[in-house]
Amino acid sequence: MEFLVASAIGVMTAGGIYLVLRLRTFPVILGVSLLTYAVNVFLFASGRLTVGAPPILRDGVETYTDPLPQALVLTAIVISFGMTAVVVMVGLGAYLHSDDDHVDDVPEGETAEEQP
Amino acid sequence: MSLFFIVLLPFLGALLPGVMNSAGRAACAGVTFTVTLLAFVGLLTNLPAVLAGEVVTARVAWMPELGLNVTLMLDGLGFFFAMLILGIGLLIIAYARRYLSRDDNMGEFFTYLLLFQGAMVGIVLSDNILLLLVFWELTSLSSFLLIGYWKHLPEGRQGARMALAVTGMGGLAMIGGMLILGQIVGSYDLSDILDNRDLIQADPLYIPALLLILLGCFTKSAQFPFHFWLPHAMAAPTPVSAYLHSATMVKAGIFLMARMWPVLSGTEAWFAIVTSAGALTMVIGAVIALFKHDLKGLLAFSTVSHLGLITMLLGTGTPFGAMAAVFHILNHATFKAALFMSAGIIDHEAHTRDIRRLGGLRRLMPVTFVIASVAALSMAGIPLLNGFLSKEMMLEEALHTNLFGYAWLVAGMAMVGSLFSAAYSFRLIGHVFLGPVRDDYPAKPHDPGAGLWLPPALLIVPVVVIGVAPFLVEPFVRLVTSAVLRGTAEMTTAHIKIWHGLVPALYMSIAAVLGGLLLLWLYRHVLRGWDALPRPEAKDIFDGVVGGSARLSERLIHGLHNGAFTRYAMVGLLAIFAAGYHAWASGSTGAPTREVQAAGPVPVAGWTMLVAAVLALVVMHRNRFLSLILIGIVGLMVSISFVYLSAPDLAMTQFTVEVVTIILLLLALNFLPNRTPVESTVLRRVRDGGVALIGGLAAFALSWHYLLRDAVATPISEFHLANSYKGGGGTNVVNVILVDFRGFDTYGEIIVLGIAALLIFALTESLLAGPVRRRLLNRAPSQRRAGDMHPMMMVILTRVIMPIVLLVGFYIFLRGHNEPGGGFIAGLVVSIGVVMQYMASGFAWTSSRVRYPYHGVIGAGVLVAGFTGIGSWFVGKPFLTSDFTYVRIPPFDKFELATAALFDLGVFLAVVGAVMLSLESFSRLARRANSEESEYPMDIDPSRERIVPDAPRTGQEG
Repeated sequence: MEFLVASAIGVMTAGGIYLVLRLRTFPVILGVSLLTYAVNVFLFASGRLTVGAPPILRDGVETYTDPLPQALVLTAIVISFGMTAVVVMVGLGAYLHSDDDHVDDVPEGETAEEQP
Repeated sequence: MSLFFIVLLPFLGALLPGVMNSAGRAACAGVTFTVTLLAFVGLLTNLPAVLAGEVVTARVAWMPELGLNVTLMLDGLGFFFAMLILGIGLLIIAYARRYLSRDDNMGEFFTYLLLFQGAMVGIVLSDNILLLLVFWELTSLSSFLLIGYWKHLPEGRQGARMALAVTGMGGLAMIGGMLILGQIVGSYDLSDILDNRDLIQADPLYIPALLLILLGCFTKSAQFPFHFWLPHAMAAPTPVSAYLHSATMVKAGIFLMARMWPVLSGTEAWFAIVTSAGALTMVIGAVIALFKHDLKGLLAFSTVSHLGLITMLLGTGTPFGAMAAVFHILNHATFKAALFMSAGIIDHEAHTRDIRRLGGLRRLMPVTFVIASVAALSMAGIPLLNGFLSKEMMLEEALHTNLFGYAWLVAGMAMVGSLFSAAYSFRLIGHVFLGPVRDDYPAKPHDPGAGLWLPPALLIVPVVVIGVAPFLVEPFVRLVTSAVLRGTAEMTTAHIKIWHGLVPALYMSIAAVLGGLLLLWLYRHVLRGWDALPRPEAKDIFDGVVGGSARLSERLIHGLHNGAFTRYAMVGLLAIFAAGYHAWASGSTGAPTREVQAAGPVPVAGWTMLVAAVLALVVMHRNRFLSLILIGIVGLMVSISFVYLSAPDLAMTQFTVEVVTIILLLLALNFLPNRTPVESTVLRRVRDGGVALIGGLAAFALSWHYLLRDAVATPISEFHLANSYKGGGGTNVVNVILVDFRGFDTYGEIIVLGIAALLIFALTESLLAGPVRRRLLNRAPSQRRAGDMHPMMMVILTRVIMPIVLLVGFYIFLRGHNEPGGGFIAGLVVSIGVVMQYMASGFAWTSSRVRYPYHGVIGAGVLVAGFTGIGSWFVGKPFLTSDFTYVRIPPFDKFELATAALFDLGVFLAVVGAVMLSLESFSRLARRANSEESEYPMDIDPSRERIVPDAPRTGQEG
């Protein structure tokens, strides 16, 4: 089980990094989303893995999983939606303005130098 | 008056001139004058105590844990400097009132001036070195504003920047030195430090501390090789120059050397560095001053020279030297301020400060002539004026100083300095005031009104009085000197006298005056020789250094941050890898303590799907719709794994967020191209793949590593589990943590979420207000439109589902405290319910039926949560303290009422508002794109078919 989670984190991280390094906004956003999953699962796993012991208090139950990482990850998921939305909006605005969705634009000053 | 008020008054008063600006120039200057006068009088009320030898203190603990306290101390030395700062300040303010023209913003000027004054007074009254450093930096900043006051002059701006760069850098060095001193002594209080001379001088860190502090003092007081900023600061208005360079700014370094004299002086290092730097500065400043044609430039270099003289005297480390230094500080402040103000008058009246264009002003400006001549003669060291007395003492001290084993070295340099000093003083008188009256002045010079000449005239009074009757000030000078010595050395028995008899110092004085006259007589030839001499221009060197470092950092920054996101990401990733590797390689780990849990077929199947989806996403990411589906699978698998791994709340959140994220991305894809073209080279893809592989392996290794080990300390969640029910009244620990234990975090997060939504709204607004709007309106759809854009099945289904969704949301919200659920999830569920209406019937139809603004919903959520938190104040508890009780209303079972539920309501509202506002903003873009809008909920409506087309019908409910 631990191997499955750890390797899933690794695969999602690798995929996220690869997509983040692409040249267009959309894959970069997808890459960031993948990285978000990886980070959230990573944080969640810092409470160690427990099957069938949700942190809902019950009479007579002694073992519970660690609730704190869950609470932290819960807000992280919601916040990451807000951030994704902002990034998508920024990317969309840039595309609509310039008809170009590259993320590797060279600053204006430098292009001016290159084109005398 | 309490010392606090003396320091605070200028700072508080600094607010007034700006406010009084509209009340007129006189009111502006008047209020500044009054503030300074109040502080001055307040200072004088402490005079009896100071004269009695007491040290007046005032103390308030500010940040005691840092050793930073507002501790003020007034002894003879502090009183002396504060008197100069405030006294000359008064004259400067009166002078500036007449000097500044109508185009100058007087309120701004006086505000800066008062800020500067307060900072200076703060320096000389501080009894805590950290506080002193704060004031020290404040003088650098406020002098920057003053020097650059004439913003339209490039010289002013450059001079201000240079002054700030040099003095600011020195200030940084001094912080280091002061901290070392504080560490050695174990206290940052100046009085403690000054009492620990032996401890400090025996410490191995004494030399570094000394060097750093001297760096601060030398830069501030323009000592060689940092002397170059002062002449460039002359671009400031003359009142500023007169103030900064006679009594204040440059004297701050001198003050600090005098203040630290008891602990720092007396060692070989102090003697060698301070004496030689002072003597060199004295000679270089005096020589350059003689050849300056700008009147203020001449005075600036003469200031440099005189500061060198004082520094040299402090460097000798003898009580007599300290006394001479104190006396010369007083004398220099008086005659130099008078000279600067005279130069300002000449500039003001003749419209030039170029000595070559002046001459013969004696007849045209007799009053100014008298003032400037007396001051200049004092500077030259002519008997019966105060400059003579201190110069005589300096020569006497120099004769007894043996630097580097050469008995004649300091005396010779003092001689040269005095000679040139006399020469430039005579030149000032001779070339500006004497000679024939010319007819080519830029403006016809005449004496100004009393407002301009009275302040310097008042300064001439002490010049003459002290010069004639030195015994009047001698007790005071001795008092200040004993404050400098602080009992570390025997007070000198020498007296300040006009006639000491035929001593070597007198011969040197006579020789200096005669030599000065000779130099002036031969001036034309000497000048030719000087002009032929190759000299390094300090400004060019400074600009070269600044330019070089700017280019270097530019290259570095552009190399790392060239504006391309891919570069940022790559640099960031590599840095993270390096830091992670370092942590991994330098840390230590224990053996695994946890057993690997067996995985059943279901987890393996889920894992396979997740990995396959990620791999497919990477391979097929160019097809954007397909990649959306794939990332949906990844999200789904993550949600399911949360269920499996005992995190029901997380699963519900992840699942609902997944839905809204996909809707959002679909909306975005409506505008973006559907495919990502192949652009990067194979090499680049291989490189990126390599980096991704490293990152993935590292993440895997890290997770694998800690999943097999227990936490090194007991997790704090033990506390949460134990107290969730007892203290928070809920059995769902995750929810109790969110709304209770860590409620403040959650409060911050809903605010962030709200801000993000508002940001999206604002971006949409600005997009739609700009040229993009037309493009959107004229945009041809990139794909074929569906014939049935609002299908009947979907419309009916969403309408039917809506109340159920709301009910589910309500249920999830209510049970959240005890079972999986809560405000976040309920908010997301309800949002999805509403979004479905938009999807089914279109933006226009739905938004005309939604009667509440989403901004308001966000605001209401934040306010509800905030007020819930504030509510606990009324029962005397800290913010967000929760409470709960159980009530029973007969037909129902016993249920719980908790304030945390109210807080959760705020979370719920904020989430609904934020999600809806974001999605609505995106849809607004789309709405502009497709201008044809239906007023009906669905395109094909059997019930509508029978209606006569003419009959107007609106607002058809589905």
